Amino acid sequence: MTGRIVRLAETHRAPVAFRFDGQDMAGMEGDTVLTAILCHRGSLRAAEFGPERRAGFCLMGACQDCWISQEDGPRLRACQTPLRAGMRLWSDGWRE
Amino acid sequence: MTRILIVGAGPGGIRAAEALVRAGLRPVVVDEGARAGGQIYRRPPHGFLRDARALYGSEAHKAEALHACFDRMVAQGRLDYLPGCAVHSLRDGLAHLTGRAPIAYDRLILATGATDRLMPVPGWQSAGVFSLGAMQIALKAQGVALGQRIVLAGSGPLLTLLASQLVKAGAGLAAVLDTSRMGDQLRGGVGMALARPLVTLRGARMRLGLPYHAGVVLDAIDAGAVRWRDARGHAQVTECDAVGLGWHLRAETQLADLAGAQFDWSEVWQQWLPRIDDLGRAGPGLYLAGDGVRILGADGAELAGRRAAAACLHDLGLEAPVPDLRRTERFAAALARAFPWPAVDVPDSTVVCRCEGITAGELRATVDRTGPEANRVKSLARIGMGRCQGRYCQLAAVDLIACHAGTSRASVGRLRGQPPVRPVTVADLLAAESSAVGTKPEDSAAASSLSAASASPLAAPCLQATPRMPCSPSAPKT
Repeated sequence: MTGRIVRLAETHRAPVAFRFDGQDMAGMEGDTVLTAILCHRGSLRAAEFGPERRAGFCLMGACQDCWISQEDGPRLRACQTPLRAGMRLWSDGWRE
Repeated sequence: MTRILIVGAGPGGIRAAEALVRAGLRPVVVDEGARAGGQIYRRPPHGFLRDARALYGSEAHKAEALHACFDRMVAQGRLDYLPGCAVHSLRDGLAHLTGRAPIAYDRLILATGATDRLMPVPGWQSAGVFSLGAMQIALKAQGVALGQRIVLAGSGPLLTLLASQLVKAGAGLAAVLDTSRMGDQLRGGVGMALARPLVTLRGARMRLGLPYHAGVVLDAIDAGAVRWRDARGHAQVTECDAVGLGWHLRAETQLADLAGAQFDWSEVWQQWLPRIDDLGRAGPGLYLAGDGVRILGADGAELAGRRAAAACLHDLGLEAPVPDLRRTERFAAALARAFPWPAVDVPDSTVVCRCEGITAGELRATVDRTGPEANRVKSLARIGMGRCQGRYCQLAAVDLIACHAGTSRASVGRLRGQPPVRPVTVADLLAAESSAVGTKPEDSAAASSLSAASASPLAAPCLQATPRMPCSPSAPKT
């Protein structure tokens, strides 16, 4: 699946490697987790109460639409969390 | 020394802090953002290169002045600044924070800002539909567009501002669909121009060259397109891969509610707003500023921040100048008339609550059983009980309830705020618990037990995982 996000500026930044749903991906220093994932994917997670997928909504930590899981358990808000090298993220880990 | 807590480091919070520091006080400033500035003057992460002119356009000098003012106070050690943490509950003079021990305060200045005001459009729950604010944050703070071919829809000043910013940055903009009729815009525009002619002219000029349509009715967002009707009622389809929605702003009032503010339905603003006196007082030791109390925009927020601080200083027996907000208020009220909130009228199948997929039909059926009272409908239909706690559905829900029952929105009532107003971890709750049983929150023992808890598996966010759990953020009080 191709990414949803188009980078328009600030493309000078160093790459940052991470994994999402078992796949190696690269974001950039200063990316949020949401930016980094949506550069490669169209969405972040499945909706719990409907058939659609979700890709975040407010990007300011108010709507809680962008919660995804880290491999070691704790969940995070993708729009508020800076990307760190080596992050291992899962879209729907909470279902397991 | 009196402990004054300021919540929010946008234009309102920063100017309030400045006024207190000038009077020789040392406030604590808690802000959810990683860097001070608020949403409007949000700063990108360190290492980004665009300058203030590129980020904030004609408002660059205001943004730079605010950032410099705050950074100076922090550098000089004039205040205590807690970035990246949110106040999730207020009780008995204690502010409970995410990720930190609670803070005791004597007086509270809330500058909590606003979110986009949203109404449901069939299909708006799909991935790729964002708020207008989200699109602007993505551009400002990340340098990205949230799609290749974007439709912006709704109404309010952000609609055309964002459109012009996206075009300037090189994003693909397919259409700007304004639900406000040209007649309303012209009538409101006269009042805006009388109050602030240059700002009004700048707003009007932004329209030039945009694929802009006024008086639009939005029918649906589906299969990569927005279906809408133009001002003559002709059906139109615009293909796109992202949609930004928003109808001006909704005051973020949950903390004011928890702090004991009273609320009134505002016909001007078409939302419930906290009741304040001439200086922004909402109760004993409670002062409100910025878009969280009246949607006056960034300039008005700076003034309201100074005003709230002045009220606080007066109550402490200190002198402080009181800024005049009348011109800003006239402009903002005319703007609200120019870009009105349209009556929400959606088919039964439309999702109203994005969090839990609750439809307009379920809402109407519930009203038939409970009667038209917002909190009863919430209890049975769960509207406003999802993880966003009603931020994005409650105004539309009030409209739908009132329309279905043939009553007024004021009589439908307001969803009561419930703590925590942000998702909290078990560690946060343990910190609150330890303070509740008598441990002083400032104690080093409490602080070290908190950090130990943070490092343990207990730190995993629990409340959001299963929205129907009894500890869900907006579950009814037991």
